[in-house]
Amino acid sequence: MKYIIAIIQPTRLESVKEALSHIEVFRLTVTDAEGIGRQKGHTEIYRGHEYKINFVRKTKLEIAVNDEFLEPTIEAITKAARTGAEGKIGDGKIFILPLEDVLRIRTRERGSEAI
Amino acid sequence: MIKKALVAMIVGFVLAFVAYSVGQSAVSDTSAKAISTIVSTAAAPATVAPAPATSAPVAVLNTGDTAWMIVATALVMLMTIPGLALFYGGIAKKKDTLNVIAMSFVTFCIVSVLWIVYGYTLAFGDDVHGIIGNLHKFMMNGIKVDTLSGTIPELIFVVFQLTFAAITVALASGAYIERMKFSAWVLFSILWLTFVYLPVAHWVWGNGFLAKLGALDFAGGTVVHINAGIAALIGALFLGKRNEPGLIPCNLTATVTGAGLLWFGWFGFNAGSALAANGIAGAAFINTNTATAMAAIAWMVTEWFFNKKPTVLGLASGAVAGLVAITPAAGFVNVGGSLIIGTIAGVVCYCMVAFVKSKFGYDDTLDAFGIHGIGGTIGALLTGFLADPAINSAGKGLFYGNPAQVKIQLIAIGTTIGYDAIVTIVIFLIVKAVVGLRVTPEEEMVGMDQSAHGERA
Repeated sequence: MKYIIAIIQPTRLESVKEALSHIEVFRLTVTDAEGIGRQKGHTEIYRGHEYKINFVRKTKLEIAVNDEFLEPTIEAITKAARTGAEGKIGDGKIFILPLEDVLRIRTRERGSEAI
Repeated sequence: MIKKALVAMIVGFVLAFVAYSVGQSAVSDTSAKAISTIVSTAAAPATVAPAPATSAPVAVLNTGDTAWMIVATALVMLMTIPGLALFYGGIAKKKDTLNVIAMSFVTFCIVSVLWIVYGYTLAFGDDVHGIIGNLHKFMMNGIKVDTLSGTIPELIFVVFQLTFAAITVALASGAYIERMKFSAWVLFSILWLTFVYLPVAHWVWGNGFLAKLGALDFAGGTVVHINAGIAALIGALFLGKRNEPGLIPCNLTATVTGAGLLWFGWFGFNAGSALAANGIAGAAFINTNTATAMAAIAWMVTEWFFNKKPTVLGLASGAVAGLVAITPAAGFVNVGGSLIIGTIAGVVCYCMVAFVKSKFGYDDTLDAFGIHGIGGTIGALLTGFLADPAINSAGKGLFYGNPAQVKIQLIAIGTTIGYDAIVTIVIFLIVKAVVGLRVTPEEEMVGMDQSAHGERA
């Protein structure tokens, strides 16, 4: 089992969700996030003064998958999360972590059954 | 910084009084005639058209006027809560927004109480030497349900004027936010209403010396906006800079909602200042809308040019600058005049907040001075140029053959600035000595919502 954390552009969330449902990954957690990366930041203008905003808004996805789902899942996210054909700086990153165990609270099922 | 400002203000004050005394002797013969018409505009506009000189007019209640003034009064109330509260609260940092809203809210409540106790009678009671009203109407004494002010019940007039006093004090808070102790703000509200607003309102609207001089201020360019703007600047200098400078608006949607409510309520403020449902109210109404729209466009275009982007906060700020600038002129100018006033207000107020403020380095957080002080001055001055006697016989500006009006406007502006500056300095010294001005750096860092109120927006 693997635990996938993906940081993506907020505007790509809908298409990523769509792509995941095509490969029958329906369970994910979504969080609004802010961060600093290679994209740097942007400026905002209030009453004629420019302010450098370092933290960029991102969307964080967390998905637990069984091993056979790992490659299709990261493929789906990678395709759908790109902005433009080549992708751009700021499109995000995917982290893949080993997942020790899972427990479904309602039934007490454990392991890959519970995913 | 404060010392320099002090010296500058004192010099301004002295100059204003010299100008005043010179002006008084120069215009004394013509001013006597002007008094009756101009004062009647402020107090009883139904008589603006020259009354037939047959018999003394008997005051009669006009139900149309009364109905309009009840609505107008409620509209002006809406400007403070929630109009100004949302406009200011949305530009504040997320951790300070409730405190900013609370400043407007508590001020409306404080002024509401003080106004009916002693505020109204000191501002609008019978004149004492042109300086202040007497105390005969303390606690609404002698004002019965059938007592009239012009053609409307005086009780309605009392509340209408109350809403003006409240928003004037609340406007100044924009320069003080994110660092001022709430107790200091409460004490400031009481003192400033009493010692600055009441006398100045009396001078201009309560048959005081500026009214007798013939100063034109339809709905409050001097009394409300210059007054609040100067208090904002003095207070910002006393309070010093915030530890986290800059604007980080927490909710511009709220700000735009607030700006919309201000615009809407301002129809009551300006058209209501006709104190009647008549043609002058109509002129004030159309001028208010025209100048506001024009100023929003002017601000947007200027900002687009300098910053490459037309911001929504810019549109809202430009609209408020236009509302401020048209206030003294609303019932005196024609639509051409309101376009000129709107354009100048939008461009100049933008330059004030974008360039001048950063040059001098005072922390007028929400630009209460840059928009209200400057916008009010622009409007009050331009009224002296653009007042069209075809709109309102009580006002005739330089462009219509009365150059003396510009001088009178300058005297009114200078006197307001000088008096306001000096008394506000004294008030801040008192507040500083009694409760202190600023919260601790820790409280400021945590945010005023939590440190002052124990709440979260």
